[in-house]
Amino acid sequence: MSTVEERVKKIVCEQLGVKESEVQNSSSFVEDLGADSLDTVELVMALEEEFETEIPDEEAEKLTSVQDAIDYIVAHT
Amino acid sequence: MSFEGKTALVTGATRGIGKAIALALAEQGAEVAGTATSAEGAEAISAMFAEAGLKGFGLVMNVSEAASIDAGLKQVTEKAGAPLILVNNAGITRDNLLMRLKDDDWADVIETNLASVYRTSKAVLRGMAKARWGRIINISSVVAGMGNPGQANYCAAKAGVEGFTRSLAKEMSNRGITANCVAPGFIDTDMTRKLDEAQRNAMMEIIPAGRFGDPKEVAAVVAFLASDAAGYVTGDTIHVNGGMYMG
Repeated sequence: MSTVEERVKKIVCEQLGVKESEVQNSSSFVEDLGADSLDTVELVMALEEEFETEIPDEEAEKLTSVQDAIDYIVAHT
Repeated sequence: MSFEGKTALVTGATRGIGKAIALALAEQGAEVAGTATSAEGAEAISAMFAEAGLKGFGLVMNVSEAASIDAGLKQVTEKAGAPLILVNNAGITRDNLLMRLKDDDWADVIETNLASVYRTSKAVLRGMAKARWGRIINISSVVAGMGNPGQANYCAAKAGVEGFTRSLAKEMSNRGITANCVAPGFIDTDMTRKLDEAQRNAMMEIIPAGRFGDPKEVAAVVAFLASDAAGYVTGDTIHVNGGMYMG
């Protein structure tokens, strides 16, 4: 079973079309990984699907980096 | 123009313009899921495709209920794959002069003709975004632009669909997804056959082409907008009305 961190990074790579080597925990989706507004929406939806959870819009807005996403998932699933 | 390997969802496909659209897309290779409001209607759509030797099937979907749309879409996706072409055609009329229009006539038309477009479009976007390709084609009406006495509800819904389509087009353009409207004029269907002789004659006078349109003439424009060739056309409304209104 993969860790939350591995699963989050895998989704980030798939959604944003970036290589695993480019994704650090500190990477910002928009600034470092080139996500646009639609990418971030799709990313949140993919995380919701993978972890079978619902992320409210006001929480989703705060998830700006890989670490933010990992922390949120760990705290809420 | 080939839709081989693509799945199309066409709402309101039992008759008229929707039926012509379903056939036109299937003739060019798409697997078409056509929706009806009853089981008999869905069976008739399946039979229509089988008779024509085309890939396609009917299903029951009530476009005014989110749960019914979700269930229908799941069925289509399991059977044929996520639809990358959506044609929102299902529509009703509840005509009356505004002074006599009932609240239900207003609500039903807004629900079935406008809110449904929001629901079905939202439901298919995920699959289209993943595929980086999609076509959403909404059937509007000439009256959205020109207005029509007795159709305040219908005109409001159709004009709403056109505005919705423009926003959707801007949101999704960089994903290879286009959204457009086709606005038919006076097409010879059950809906327009409900008009009385005097109304039909009055319509004829304002149609420069001097005849009513054929559903196939609307379907041909929809098929074009659904094609790869139309990839740079988005947010637009194409009129198919024999010249009766030019925007």
